[in-house]
Amino acid sequence: MGDWLVPALLTIITASTPLVFAAVGEVVVEKSGVLNLGIEGMMIVGAISAFAVGVTTGSATLAIFAGAIGGAAVAFIFGFLTLNLLANQVAAGLALTIFGLGFSALLGHGFVGKTFPGLPKLEIPIISEIPFIGPLLFGHDILVYGSVIIVISTTYMLNKTRVGLLIRAVGENHDAAHSIGYSVNKIRMACVLFGGAMAGLGGAYLSLAYTPLWVEGMTSGRGWIALALVVFASWKAWRAFLGAYLFGGITIIQLHAQGFGVEIAPEFLSMLPYLATIVVLVLISRDSSRAKLNAPACLGRSFHEAG
Amino acid sequence: MTGQIPRLELEGISKAYPGVVANENVSLKIMPGEIHALLGENGAGKSTLVKFIYGVQTADSGSFKWEGQEFAVANPSMARKLGIGMVFQHFSLFDALSVEENIAIGISPELAGDNLGRQIRDVSRQYGLPLDPDRFVHTLSVGERQRIEVVRCLLQNPKLLIMDEPTSVLTPQEVAELFKTLRRLSEEGVSILYISHKLQEIKDLCHVATIMRMGRVVDSCIPSEESPLSMAEMMMGANLVSPEKPEKSVHGGPHLVVKNLSLQSDHQHGVDLKNINLEVCKGEVVGIAGIAGNGQIEVMEILTGEVLVEDPNSVLIGEICVGCEGPKFRRNAGLGFVPEERLGHGAVPEMSLWENAFLSGFQTMCLVSRGFIDVQESIKYALSIVSKFNVKTPGIKHAANSLSGGNLQKFIFGREILQNPEVIVALQPTWGVDAGSAAFIRQSLMDLAAKGAAVLVISQDLQELFEVSDRIAVIYEGTVSSPRPAEDITVEEIGLLMAGISSEVELGLTADA
Amino acid sequence: MLRLELRGEMSQPMVYLSPIFAVILTFIAGIIMFTFLGVDPVKAIITFFITPLNSLDGLAELFVKATPLVLIAVGLSFGFQANIWNIGAEGQLTIGALAGGGVALLFFNVDTPFLMPAMLVSGVLGGMAWAAIPAILKTKCGTNEILTSLMLTYVGLLVLSYLIHGPWKDPDGQNFPESRLFHDAALIPIILDETRLHLGWIIALFGVAVAWVIMTRHMIGFQIRVIGLAPMAARFAGFKEKHIIWMTLMISGGAAGLAGTIEVSGPVGQIIPVISPGYGFTAIIVAFLGRLHPVGCLFAGLLMALTYLGGDNAQIEMNLPNAVTGVFQGMLLFFLLACDVLVRYRFRIGSLTKATGGANL
Repeated sequence: MGDWLVPALLTIITASTPLVFAAVGEVVVEKSGVLNLGIEGMMIVGAISAFAVGVTTGSATLAIFAGAIGGAAVAFIFGFLTLNLLANQVAAGLALTIFGLGFSALLGHGFVGKTFPGLPKLEIPIISEIPFIGPLLFGHDILVYGSVIIVISTTYMLNKTRVGLLIRAVGENHDAAHSIGYSVNKIRMACVLFGGAMAGLGGAYLSLAYTPLWVEGMTSGRGWIALALVVFASWKAWRAFLGAYLFGGITIIQLHAQGFGVEIAPEFLSMLPYLATIVVLVLISRDSSRAKLNAPACLGRSFHEAG
Repeated sequence: MTGQIPRLELEGISKAYPGVVANENVSLKIMPGEIHALLGENGAGKSTLVKFIYGVQTADSGSFKWEGQEFAVANPSMARKLGIGMVFQHFSLFDALSVEENIAIGISPELAGDNLGRQIRDVSRQYGLPLDPDRFVHTLSVGERQRIEVVRCLLQNPKLLIMDEPTSVLTPQEVAELFKTLRRLSEEGVSILYISHKLQEIKDLCHVATIMRMGRVVDSCIPSEESPLSMAEMMMGANLVSPEKPEKSVHGGPHLVVKNLSLQSDHQHGVDLKNINLEVCKGEVVGIAGIAGNGQIEVMEILTGEVLVEDPNSVLIGEICVGCEGPKFRRNAGLGFVPEERLGHGAVPEMSLWENAFLSGFQTMCLVSRGFIDVQESIKYALSIVSKFNVKTPGIKHAANSLSGGNLQKFIFGREILQNPEVIVALQPTWGVDAGSAAFIRQSLMDLAAKGAAVLVISQDLQELFEVSDRIAVIYEGTVSSPRPAEDITVEEIGLLMAGISSEVELGLTADA
Repeated sequence: MLRLELRGEMSQPMVYLSPIFAVILTFIAGIIMFTFLGVDPVKAIITFFITPLNSLDGLAELFVKATPLVLIAVGLSFGFQANIWNIGAEGQLTIGALAGGGVALLFFNVDTPFLMPAMLVSGVLGGMAWAAIPAILKTKCGTNEILTSLMLTYVGLLVLSYLIHGPWKDPDGQNFPESRLFHDAALIPIILDETRLHLGWIIALFGVAVAWVIMTRHMIGFQIRVIGLAPMAARFAGFKEKHIIWMTLMISGGAAGLAGTIEVSGPVGQIIPVISPGYGFTAIIVAFLGRLHPVGCLFAGLLMALTYLGGDNAQIEMNLPNAVTGVFQGMLLFFLLACDVLVRYRFRIGSLTKATGGANL
């Protein structure tokens, strides 16, 4: 069975990694009370930044950094508009997506058709060759391991550290946090930038590893799925990780189903992840009491320095 | 205490907001161990001053001296370092966090170490403020929540404790417990700045009082040497006139009837209502007292029809069963209502006054024809409200949020009363309203009753309820006691009911019946 | 230090000045951007914004492009005013186009003047049906309409792809993923000879007028505004939130479906893989730029249509990527949101000022 199972599982990992980054970033953003609908825009800008730097310099490390910085840079525009200028978060997030898609296409104009060798795999001799487990656990690129580390460290940070406490507090009741003396908008801006960097990494993974090419609009809705995953995960980073793998799995199953000669139009299989997202959203919103306790109470509300 | 260096000395503090002077040349001196009252009506400038002391806001001018030294307190954490602690009126707590996390976030990181839980238990035992550090705030009562704030301050060994309206959410018995703690702190040398407009409390507790009105310090006194009435006159700057109770015509039959009403609240932190029975007769005012958060909002929502019940018979207006009918139906049946929140519930803040007049009057005043808005008639209606209810406004095309609280509340009452309701229900009718408008509103409620309407007032303000009500009931954890004639019930009895200690009173009632 | 201070009332002049400021700032940013790209900024701006309007044909084309934008934006502004965020207009447009176009394909050999009206009605119903899914889910389960309507956009595009690759593929075509060409009776009439300007533009103008009346003078508009500004006040007045969710989603879905049918029966004339270059998303910007007001949407729709024409023109004449359009659209919305802060707030130099709560979503 290993002939097809291991490659299938490996492709699930690569399909899920961009979602993990983007969703975990958004968990932190939303925990601080900000709703950023612009994940798609930040991802695609991250994708082109990483690809452009990667192709130009040939350095994978620089490319990865460029992806994170690109995502954070456009996230800053969003943060400035919504936090400093108190703009509507829904509208600003949409603008970010439209802008990001256009801007990345403009930047990427000269990079169409170029290729990047992909990210180096971390192979460990002997251990990597253990059947089944070896190829599953080892031999991935740095971003795959990075995504796991990010999930663990974000979970720890949110629940066990003072910084995490502050983030949760600001998302729960910004007026109280302000009257105790914390700078609500600075904390939120930090979270928005973190979310942007993570979305950028997710995009970088797409253009550096998943399909090491630049294609206009190559995120193809992953940012929106990441957004749905945050709700699916009821604002918990580790659940977002599981959710991302579930969705990555559905995407891959849909590809493989065709290989197995399943007689269904490919379009219907491609609908599955989107329909599954809707089903999950419905299931979550029906069980409102549980979701609400985790939902940041100030989600989507701007904070004007109050007294 | 003469000869000592004052713990805090403020001089010439001024602070202006656009269009409003919140503080003008305010000076204040607090000695070590002194319980100092800051007394004034809502909007007198007390909160602005305290926010300045605690570093939440800066002042436009003035000096701040702490134990004789000049400081500029830039932010609350600096204030905390000096030794200033504050218990906020609207608690600065986080519902979804535990008690320990709530405390950790409000103190310096060095104090919030690993043994914080033990420290919390120690301090709470020492001062008689029982608290479990592991509970989540949303499971706690209001009194317990306040304890979190107090313990949070005490952990930092404060030299000055600011308490902003601490008792407005407590039962009389909880207030007594709090006062014990405060007196003990005072004996230990902690100064307390006690902000309130409750005169009896200040007389009982405070050593000195500074009285503010319209952003200025207008007087100071030794509360124990004054009477509540004399302090009230200083606070309001006028001799107090109680509203007149109009001569009552004979009460008619019950017109608003609530029968065996029980309802589980949908809200996460809501209160379940348990078997409520209540009758309000034509021509009378019934008051419901109680501490906020005991089901007042839930009762209000059911009476207005914003929340529906299953049994249509559980709410009746006259003979009409309205339990399953929404607000539009109930207005047609003669119900008028005034919710607690003026901006955003009783009125749309960004909409003009005439549109807000239309908001609740469109059916009863016939302001719609074939689905289209009759602008001319709506404007006429709004103008008549403004003139008959003495609303000060630059014009009815201005937005509702351009009005002061008192004027907007008069507008909302006017809008409901001009629809000639047979029943009117009001929640916190004069909350945050200036004294003049409050008196006007109370008077118009009594006048409406005198004309034969059934009036139900739900309020936390006992003085108000005694002023306007013919009968008073108490709401506690979703149950409403049987209303009793205002003349026959004492503040102490109401206090016991508000605290949920009702067995004796209820026994007395059954004997009556 | 600059600080924001809440105005007592919204500034009416700023409501109208803000889009103008935004347009000016977008121009400036565009000039900077072109300079960085090494393109002559003056020439680029002229190619982008002026040349497309030089001819009658260009003007007609502007109205053709503005038709779907205006229709959808007017529909969306009802929802946005009520805080119902239908961002799936692209999907509703697609399904509307399929429903309307499907009628044309079904009766491809029937020549009757009733065909066109039947297509338009079917298109409206198609858009409504697609918008009904988020409406049901929101009213029955409380599911967020932003995500459901968006997910359904992807599903709708896949439905389109399935149909033209499969059952609806032109039997006489060379295996291209396209439907057969519509019959003349299924094509929307041209109203200006020698151009592509069609009756759809008149329908859009009519839509603007009707929406204007409903929004300002009718109970429906009043209820929508109240629920958007103060949901509790809407409950107080007895307006039912669920009705308004349904109403706004039906209006916006129907308008998008109508726009979709007009697209396939007008400029395109058959069902092709890409019916709209993102009109459903751009219309969101149009709605905001137009201040969620029908007449505003009309002007904003024309401006946005110009960015599409300019993008095409810049690609042809200056070999600039078509994506410049998206950049301009995104920047315009960014600047608009930034300028909008001055509607509710004013800048003040100095210390911390007046206290306010959070503004709602």
